[in-house]
Amino acid sequence: MKALESFMQKIKPKSDGKFPLAYTVWDGTYTFLFVPGHTNHNGVHIKDGIDLKRTMSMVVLALIPALLFGMYNVGHQHFLAIGEITSADNVCSMFWDKFFYGAKLVLPIVIVSYAVGLGVEFIFATINKHAIHEGFLVTGMLIPLIVPVGVPLWMVAIATIFAVVIGKEVFGGTGMNVVNVALVARAFLFFAYPTKMSGDQVWISLGEGKAIDGFSGATPLSNVIEGGVEAIPSLMDSIIGFIPGSIGETSVIAIGLGALILIATGVGSLRIMLSMIAGGFLTGLMFNAVGGNPYFELPAVYHLVLGGFMFGAVFMATDPVTASQTNTGKIIYGLLIGVMAILIRVANPAYPEGVMLAILLGNVVAPLIDTIVVNSNINRRLKRIKTA
Amino acid sequence: MSKEIKIRKGVDIKLKGVAEKIYANPVNVSEIVLKPENFPTLIPKLLVKVGDKVKAGSPLFCDKENDKILFTSPISGEVVEINRAEKRRIVDVKVKSDGQSSYESFKQADTSSLTREEIIENLLKSGVWPFIRQRPYDVIANPAVKPKAIFISTFDSAPLAPDYSFVVHGQTEIFQAGLNALAKLTDGKVHLNNSGNDNVDAAFSGAKNVQINRFYGPHPAGNVGIQAHHIDPVNKGEVVWVLRALDVLTIGKLFKEGKFDASRTVAFVGSKVKSPKYIKTVLGAKITDIVSGNVEDGGRFISGNPLSGSQISANGHLGFYDYQLSVIPEGGNDQFFGWIAPGFDKFSLSRTFCSWLTPNKEYDLNTNCNGEERAFVVTGEYEKVFPMDIYPVYLVKAMITEDIDRMEQLGVYEVAPEDFALCEYACTSKISTQKIVREALNLVKKECS
Repeated sequence: MKALESFMQKIKPKSDGKFPLAYTVWDGTYTFLFVPGHTNHNGVHIKDGIDLKRTMSMVVLALIPALLFGMYNVGHQHFLAIGEITSADNVCSMFWDKFFYGAKLVLPIVIVSYAVGLGVEFIFATINKHAIHEGFLVTGMLIPLIVPVGVPLWMVAIATIFAVVIGKEVFGGTGMNVVNVALVARAFLFFAYPTKMSGDQVWISLGEGKAIDGFSGATPLSNVIEGGVEAIPSLMDSIIGFIPGSIGETSVIAIGLGALILIATGVGSLRIMLSMIAGGFLTGLMFNAVGGNPYFELPAVYHLVLGGFMFGAVFMATDPVTASQTNTGKIIYGLLIGVMAILIRVANPAYPEGVMLAILLGNVVAPLIDTIVVNSNINRRLKRIKTA
Repeated sequence: MSKEIKIRKGVDIKLKGVAEKIYANPVNVSEIVLKPENFPTLIPKLLVKVGDKVKAGSPLFCDKENDKILFTSPISGEVVEINRAEKRRIVDVKVKSDGQSSYESFKQADTSSLTREEIIENLLKSGVWPFIRQRPYDVIANPAVKPKAIFISTFDSAPLAPDYSFVVHGQTEIFQAGLNALAKLTDGKVHLNNSGNDNVDAAFSGAKNVQINRFYGPHPAGNVGIQAHHIDPVNKGEVVWVLRALDVLTIGKLFKEGKFDASRTVAFVGSKVKSPKYIKTVLGAKITDIVSGNVEDGGRFISGNPLSGSQISANGHLGFYDYQLSVIPEGGNDQFFGWIAPGFDKFSLSRTFCSWLTPNKEYDLNTNCNGEERAFVVTGEYEKVFPMDIYPVYLVKAMITEDIDRMEQLGVYEVAPEDFALCEYACTSKISTQKIVREALNLVKKECS
């Protein structure tokens, strides 16, 4: 390690030299390899071991189960669609074929997302003369997991650039953004290329193969419109995740593993997760009671396990920068997103994926929620003067 | 009317090197230093010059804004150095001991026979006054103001802190004399805030003329500002005075013996100290006299505790308010993949290190920041260790933007930098919270008075 350290120190470029970008890249790499030994000289002399890199890498770690399952499911759906297996077969048959088929499609999306996003980050860090901030470590992993497998790579690249520049850097970079960066990328794709991002073409990769008769590649949520409640997959399949959908969103179990990591390490907010789930479930129940079109009748528990609801609750709504920051605010914020997600799904079938829009809306009102919470604290203090 | 208060938010950071409850051999004090920087916002005016002979209790400098507030020499001897920095700012005044202990004499009387004005005058003249601090602003109390209450903390919950009960043992009368003097300074109550532990010395648990409260829970339960917040919070326009129990001893000695007796017991602690013990010395003493070979190499010397103390050099001097000399390992090494290492040896409040599996372990933490400064990202961290009905991050943001109205709304009058020490410790983004708070308090004081 000493050799690596001295090598890195030897090739260190000057920060004010001819190539400022070279310094930013060097600094980014060096601080990735070594936590710098800066010490404190005023204030506290000892500091908690945690830093933003560790926090962010915990989230990336929590996303790994969803990523791996996503790869497997891409393969599974492929072989199902071309008829090499049937839904009656053991899901583990052709295990490695499925996994490698999926990996071959998913990894390029991950690589493009990271390469493009980090490229933009490096350029902005150089222009603004600050170190690389870690925010994109998570965003770069989130973007591949919330897009359909059929998305063209150039679209991923454009969406990533748009998200990092417009979603984050214009506000001042990591920690300053108003809405979740990965969701900006998703929303950009959704509204800029609606034909590519919905329907029954993008969710399942057919590859060279030909779809079997009677195959529908749409997500369960869109199927509900046409086929009614009977068209949805079994609850078990939806929980395990063998359904079409965005790469990382289908398996409640894989997402649950990630949630456990986030909760155990204290990185993710349990308050937001639970309140969003509660909000979604109660709204689902309410619509069940009203009845009407198939969406109204979709059992509440299905609302939670289908589509991006769980993924949104665990990984998207809990983004500390864009969520509410006060503890009371977090509960209100989660409830609001849960309610809005189901409301958009049910009341507006043009957007079966209400979760994305609900979280974006939640991000926008989060500061308002916090203001109300903080103002009640201010009023309590003012009241104290009057009674004193 | 005594109150029992449980503090739930906060954490005790268990460090190696707690002082054994014995006194080390007495040490000679060769020289002392008084540093104006120990008193935030103070602009000193010198009253001596190099070569002057002084006694213990002779003024060295005073507050330029209120020349009644004197800072007096803790020992008798000769002024040997006056160091200045840029713009002729006074850095410190050094007094070399003459080996004798001659004291200036002040009024020696039973405080019940003195008026409030006489007590204040005696405190001011002797240089004992600066021990009394106030909220808001965490500065030396203004003698012209009548505080609504006085708060005294009888325990220090910071890492490696001295046990006040051990130090005060056997000085019950002196302590009570100090309390009696303080009781005359306010029309309100004097709150003596004891620890909820069982082993509280009789001087504290049996004190008279005061309201005794008990505080349970982790650090910062011992911070007097936290205690005041839970008993009788400071509102806009109000002033409370705060002291620590060991400061009260100095006041007691003044009225009992008629002299400024600046001797004090200091806990000499930290993992770099070979045998951590309590040491009897004097305010502002040179630490080489205390250390004398009892430390390992590679340590950082801190006057005060590792959370809010100040770094001093190996031949530096104790601060005015510090009853603790900590020596902890100096950091400075880059850590290979430190952000992903399991970290059994790193104490964290976040459970992202394996160390959360061993909650009772004692840690040997060094002075590494363990990361670089970032914008605020993670939320809810400060709230976990900030036991006041205040939103700490919102207050800190108002401080950063120098928005005085907003600070006032969010409770700036109740806080001191030390209350934010654990926030700064826990901060993922490595923000220097205590510095921000100190600068903001200075700003508010300047603008509002």
